[in-house]
Amino acid sequence: MNSVGEGCTELKREYDQCFNRWFAEKFLKGDRSGDPCIEMFKSYQQCVQKAIKDKDIPIEGVEFMGPNKEKPGS
Amino acid sequence: MVKYFFSQTDIKSSWEHVFTAFWQRYPNPFSKHVLTEDVVFREVTPDNTLISRRLLTKTNHLPRWAEKIFPSNLARSVFVIEDSIVDPKNKTLTTFSWNINHTRLLVVEERCVYSMSQEKQAWSLAKREAWISSGVFGFSRAIQEFGLARFKSNQIKATRGLEYALSTLHGDGPSRPLKDSAKEAIEKTKETALATSEKAKNLATVASPHKSNQFV
Repeated sequence: MNSVGEGCTELKREYDQCFNRWFAEKFLKGDRSGDPCIEMFKSYQQCVQKAIKDKDIPIEGVEFMGPNKEKPGS
Repeated sequence: MVKYFFSQTDIKSSWEHVFTAFWQRYPNPFSKHVLTEDVVFREVTPDNTLISRRLLTKTNHLPRWAEKIFPSNLARSVFVIEDSIVDPKNKTLTTFSWNINHTRLLVVEERCVYSMSQEKQAWSLAKREAWISSGVFGFSRAIQEFGLARFKSNQIKATRGLEYALSTLHGDGPSRPLKDSAKEAIEKTKETALATSEKAKNLATVASPHKSNQFV
């Protein structure tokens, strides 16, 4: 899958691979031994956050699950 | 006025497989309308849940009658934020997603909860709710009908896409061959879209017989 930042797709793929392995083998099994993907995530984020700014995508300051607060059963 | 949608489906895979496949469901044969996918925030909380934010860009397919009235909306794709919480202790994955542009035309908010099935622990349950609303004066009913039709069709694709990812990753999935169920799903979405888009077209004609750009 492509990243919204055209030059970030490779970094995204590397990070995704690391994350998917950690998620299935450690996180879901309750292993808290720490995140091996931190550096990869940092590089990927540097790239994609710049692309988001350049394309004026309005995600800045959007509250986590914001609209869910006013929904019934939330 | 808001249209509400609710559905509940069994997924014939374990909750671990579902949660793992959730991150890997793009691309899939049913997601041609999803252009990009990015994780833009992620953190493990002190109580060991995983919170993430994904940014997705999707094509903005509008029916013909809407394209004529809202030509400027064709220019940009739709940006969707998907926030999620994975709770491995309670075996739940909760997601909430909504579009952050084209909001004057249509807002679609969706909440999903994936959990271990209570009746069959080897299976999972997917509960999906959506709220669809349009603020455009004079056209909101037609747009909401269209929004609901598109959502229903996308919801079927999303379910098929997750099943596809599960089958690819774990060999789980529907007992019918995927090609057949894919064809069937696409036919079904076309039917649903056609039926409800006819309804939307009629509502649009009733709303205003003249072309107008003033609501853009």
